[in-house]
Amino acid sequence: MALGVVPYLTLALFLGPVAAGLVFTLLPAFGYLPALGATQIGAHVFARLFDQPGLTGSVALTLGTGFAASLLSLGIAVGFCAAAHGRPIFRSAERLLAPLLATPHAAIALGFAFLIAPSGWLVRFVSPELTGWTRPPDFASVGDAAGISLVLGLVLKEVPYLLLMAVAAHGQIAATATMATARTLGYSPFAAWFKAILPQLYPQIRLPIYAVLAFSLSTVDVALILGPSNPPPLAVLAVRWANDPLLDLFLPAMAAASLQLLLVGGGIGLWRLGEAAVARVARPWLADGARGAALERTAPVARAALIAIAAINAVCIAAMALWSVAAAWRFPHALPERWSFDNWTRAAGRLAEPAATTLSVAAAATAAALVLVCLCLENEQRRQRAAGPSALWALYLPLLVPQISFLLGAQSLLVRLGWDGTWGALVWFHLLFVLPYVFLVLADPWRALDPRYAKLAACLGAAPWRVFFTVRLPLLLRPILVAAAVGFAVSVGLYLPTVLGGGGRLTSLATEAVSLASGGDRRIVGVYAFLQAMLPLLAYGLALAVPALLFRHRRGLR
Amino acid sequence: MKITRRHFVAAAASAAVLRPPRARAQAEWSQTLAQARGKPVFFNAWGGDERTNAFIEWTATRLRAEFGIELRHVRLRDTAEAVQRVIAEKAAGRDAGGAVDLVWINGPNFVAMKERGLLFGPFAQALPNFRYVDTVGKPSTIVDFTVPVEGYAAPWRMAQIVYVYDAARLANPPRSIPALRDWALANPGRTTHPAVRNFLGATFLKQALFELVVDPAVLQREAATVYEATVAPLWRWYDALRPALWRQGRQFPDSGPAQRQLLNDGEIDLMVSFNPAEAAVSIANELLPRTARVYTMAAGSIGNTSFVAIPYNAANRAAAMVASDFLMGAEAQARMSDPRQLGNPSVLDIAKLPDEARRFFAAIPPIAGMPTQAELGRVLPEPHPSWMTRIAADWERRYTG
Repeated sequence: MALGVVPYLTLALFLGPVAAGLVFTLLPAFGYLPALGATQIGAHVFARLFDQPGLTGSVALTLGTGFAASLLSLGIAVGFCAAAHGRPIFRSAERLLAPLLATPHAAIALGFAFLIAPSGWLVRFVSPELTGWTRPPDFASVGDAAGISLVLGLVLKEVPYLLLMAVAAHGQIAATATMATARTLGYSPFAAWFKAILPQLYPQIRLPIYAVLAFSLSTVDVALILGPSNPPPLAVLAVRWANDPLLDLFLPAMAAASLQLLLVGGGIGLWRLGEAAVARVARPWLADGARGAALERTAPVARAALIAIAAINAVCIAAMALWSVAAAWRFPHALPERWSFDNWTRAAGRLAEPAATTLSVAAAATAAALVLVCLCLENEQRRQRAAGPSALWALYLPLLVPQISFLLGAQSLLVRLGWDGTWGALVWFHLLFVLPYVFLVLADPWRALDPRYAKLAACLGAAPWRVFFTVRLPLLLRPILVAAAVGFAVSVGLYLPTVLGGGGRLTSLATEAVSLASGGDRRIVGVYAFLQAMLPLLAYGLALAVPALLFRHRRGLR
Repeated sequence: MKITRRHFVAAAASAAVLRPPRARAQAEWSQTLAQARGKPVFFNAWGGDERTNAFIEWTATRLRAEFGIELRHVRLRDTAEAVQRVIAEKAAGRDAGGAVDLVWINGPNFVAMKERGLLFGPFAQALPNFRYVDTVGKPSTIVDFTVPVEGYAAPWRMAQIVYVYDAARLANPPRSIPALRDWALANPGRTTHPAVRNFLGATFLKQALFELVVDPAVLQREAATVYEATVAPLWRWYDALRPALWRQGRQFPDSGPAQRQLLNDGEIDLMVSFNPAEAAVSIANELLPRTARVYTMAAGSIGNTSFVAIPYNAANRAAAMVASDFLMGAEAQARMSDPRQLGNPSVLDIAKLPDEARRFFAAIPPIAGMPTQAELGRVLPEPHPSWMTRIAADWERRYTG
């Protein structure tokens, strides 16, 4: 029947562009691009790539920042779980984190850059009274050569993501009972979590961790705002070269995008080896029977780290909000000297189009993803067979393969087909990244829905589709809307897919905010970044408000 | 039979064959205007400067009202993105219906497109407002970086190197390139320049080269074999200067506006700019303190012209031509040279303009922070593009990572 086709259709919609994009990136990287007169196949393009100034530094920076950000994020997320499990803050983590997760990378990075700059907010709060600085000090706290600010910027966004995944995974491993047993045996809560829960939990969050690693190794927008520029990380170099006025750097750009693929593949492999090593080293400790009372002292640190991250996220958005209504705001003033709504009125005309594109593309990609995911899950339900691990890997593919590696190729394919810069192509690019998240958010509640509701309806004579529309969908309305909000937020935040899929004709708030960041008017950047941050929050608000309103007489469904 | 606009234009066009050249040109232009009506123009222009963006937005409203043209600003991070797109389209065999209708361009990007046959033209001379362009007094309107434009691009904006400083913090800014180095060494971390892949960063080095080279005339020819010997004094000067730059010369702002943000934040005291009105306009927009001023080096400073060009495969060629002509016209030029808007010198010879056009310029009030033409001093011509390309590549090689 037709429903059985949907999973295959989904995979084709999904894997098609990734595979084709990779092919059209790899071919030019190996010297084959007849359109530019390149037909000699070989490794000579890579030889040219390695001759480029700063390449070694760029690769080292990419690996250093990528691993540092992922390890730090994982450490904080895991530490928080251990320190907070069983406490009220753990149960409210999901509500606390969802809005953090929703705010786009670019908006946070822009706010963070202002926060930590030598002339930024933190220094302004203590200057000149405490520091004696009437002029900003000359230290590189943004765009430092080692990429520390880039790592911190990534951590701000990655901790909430990993934590949400970890919190959700607790439900899959009988965590409460395990903890209770370990605590009865006298383990301190912190040690109990590390020794009894983490070994079971880790496999559940392995894919999200790999996605974080892949993202950290290949981010473009965050690196443009917070990363060093001389040299920048490899993905930024690839974008820069693909746009270089010396047009013959196009092939090395494709080689760099291919090298990026290798870095991410190798990085994930290396991480896997690290997992095995850690498991081997930690095994004696897991089984040594020490109750770990001493460890307990670090627990407050882990909880504080999360609260700090949540607070910094909020402050970053607040900084952008303030800038958007500032007239003049110079060092060392901690607050704008004069306020004005002019920035909004001046920007309004130019804001309309990117805002409309952002909204319509996010809505369309989310709607398409929801339909596909609901049908896939319905199909699974009817066949009584959950998608296997290989399907999950396929689903994660666009999150694991570096964006630059397949999007550059996919873009040249779009140009060839004459579809570049069309609204449909942009929605498709967005769907690649929206669909996995929608699936991940929706799959668990869908599978967890008590099957007896459907059976009961069937017994009363309802046909399968009627059960779907009148029983399952209404019962699942709340998770469906949450999944939609997540998908919407993901779409609003997408930078590189919008740059390359929009072909320059379609711009979104994300691309405008990043491109304005290279300009000199923080007030206008504030307008774009603040608006970009608010849209996903509105979507979340709606996702919570609609069921509350619809089901105001149905307490169990609110 | 109802006579439609198309019939009328066709009749006018056929009649044009018999008319003198001026009348024929007029008929051709009215045909272009008719073709342009109702069409979009995808204007690919660097989007990193809010004031320019606002100016382009104003242009769009005027074009809509006057000619029924929908100008859409495709904001670029780098002009090369548009060049890239046209190359990609040519590679894909899309020789018509291209995505780029009009591109803001000059220097190496222009040469790259012109040499590869990626530009439509010659068309500039066919634009009605071209006859008012000051091609004699402002030779860079027809020769871009020593390369003859030959009508493949239309001038719309003049630029000249100036240095911007905050007079409240810096009383006597350095007036020569060696003096700039000495001042920086005495005040480490208080100046910088945009990254050299940005045109302004490259121009900072070219400006220095002009003063440091023995015979500036060599810069007007292709760099070729004299390159190494010519630039040696530049690198000696820069090696001494760099450790005294902001962030010890290890990081650089991405662009001119990003650099202006540093001046506004007080992180630096002196910066280079391509716009003589930088201080005046930024003060008016509260992007710099009221005490900001501009000056030029005593030995003169480099000036050039920004153009708009039409790719060979542009989908909306006629509309792009009308937009180019509008940008060159008195109304747009006067608004552009108004320090409250952009403050760039106009490409026109105002004396040549008819009276009703000249009133646009008469309406511009004087404003604080705006230098006079005399204060700006001597204008130096841009070197051949090969100098910029090689200096930028060298800088990248010498100082990256």
